[in-house]
Amino acid sequence: MQLALFIIFGALALGGALNLLFQRHPINSALSLVVVMMSLAVLYWSLGAEFLAAAQVIVYSGAIMVLFVFVIMLLNAGEEQKTHGSRAAYTVGIPGAAAIFCLLSFVFLSQGGALKSANIGGDLGNGEDNIAAVSAMLFTKQLLPFEVTSILILVAILGAVVLARKEQ
Amino acid sequence: MSHLTKFEVFLLLSVIKVAVVLVITLMCVAYTVLLERKLIGRMQNRWGPSRVGPFGLLQPLVDGAKLFLKEDLMPLAVERPLFLAAPMIALGCALVSVAVVPFGAITRVQGVDIFQVASVNIGLLVILGITSIGVYGIALSGWSSNNKYSLLGSLRSTAQVISYELALGLSLVGVVLRAQSLNLRTIVDSQSAHGMLSWNIFGGFQFVAFFIYLMAAYAETNRAPFDLPEAETELVAGYHTEYSSMKFAMFFMAEYANMITVSCVATLLFFGGASSPFGHLIPAVGGAFVQAILSVFWFVAKVFAFLFLYIWVRSTLPRFRYDQLMSFGWKFLLPLAMANIIVTSFVLAMRG
Repeated sequence: MQLALFIIFGALALGGALNLLFQRHPINSALSLVVVMMSLAVLYWSLGAEFLAAAQVIVYSGAIMVLFVFVIMLLNAGEEQKTHGSRAAYTVGIPGAAAIFCLLSFVFLSQGGALKSANIGGDLGNGEDNIAAVSAMLFTKQLLPFEVTSILILVAILGAVVLARKEQ
Repeated sequence: MSHLTKFEVFLLLSVIKVAVVLVITLMCVAYTVLLERKLIGRMQNRWGPSRVGPFGLLQPLVDGAKLFLKEDLMPLAVERPLFLAAPMIALGCALVSVAVVPFGAITRVQGVDIFQVASVNIGLLVILGITSIGVYGIALSGWSSNNKYSLLGSLRSTAQVISYELALGLSLVGVVLRAQSLNLRTIVDSQSAHGMLSWNIFGGFQFVAFFIYLMAAYAETNRAPFDLPEAETELVAGYHTEYSSMKFAMFFMAEYANMITVSCVATLLFFGGASSPFGHLIPAVGGAFVQAILSVFWFVAKVFAFLFLYIWVRSTLPRFRYDQLMSFGWKFLLPLAMANIIVTSFVLAMRG
């Protein structure tokens, strides 16, 4: 059953990602990205990272992508048009993506022994609570990076306020 | 049942649970509409629906049949696929979150808990996540209708829901801190020691969090006094202006299903879920079956009280202005929720 989950949602993520690239209308692309993120969340959950899955849904699909859709709706963006740049992106992008895919699969296949094999869905049955472990790690060993990240976000918020403020 | 394997029993009981819970939720939705019309009628000194069946009890069924049989208009300028998908997203998200709600004391039949569809150890986050996905239904319906009133309504609603989601989520942190878990069953169990005295709202001193939750929940479900997205005096009907027949009914059902979900969460987190308010003062009489029914009774009674409150508020308070709504959420509820988290965690740290 866990393998079935992996196959279904892996295929859904791939299909969403391809649809994201091929759709002409920005809102359709944004919605395909939502599908990709939701299927990734299910994959995280089937690997036993339930907190990560919930954070993925709440933060990415529930907040960030809603803002994307919101902005597309506000600007009322129309269909994309083919430009010189987009043709260049096709000619460079497709071989580039293929090269990265080959490189990554070569690394994963050759270093398969060093990477531990993931237990797909093995942690679904015996639901071990890993939220406590994640938070203990964040607030003890990883405290400095965690706090630095929050300061970075704070700076970004202040920057947005400065940009959005009307000139006096 | 001996010739079935454990997995088959689990699958069969799960399918039955899903079907039963879905049917009951939809019936609750239908009769909440009737309850609202009746109660608002009484509060405005009139009868409400009274013609169909005894006391108008068959009104929801007749309304449903009417909506089914109406002509399904499809305006020419709509974005067809998204226009069709929007009500499905709205209703689907509204109905899915009932799956993680435990609506009775833990009762096992063949090793399967029959009073909860899915026991998930991040149940609370699942509900919050599904709520945040539900925004897409409203946002897409407004945009794909190609109508400026719909678009304005859906923009308002999206902004409102995103803003109040923060206050809503933060108001629940105090409860999670007390229960030390995100599992809804564990949160309910942490309040079941001494009846009413150990509920989070009384014994847990989470009444500030409860009021933040209540107000944020009204805004999340687009209900009065925060029903600006469908303010009929300024926006015709808001995001569902162009919808008719069954597609309109789906939005309508989604709104009431969301009300029920929000009431369920309030019951679970602040009012002890399915536990009795008297704790062990009343001896357990009547054996296991009566006790199981009794726990469901307490849960339903609490949810009903919240629905009553919703309707009462709707017929009492006038609508907010949009800037008042935003500043209330960001400048009052959000800081208050943060203060509540700091005080709660400080007290817990001093005690522990």
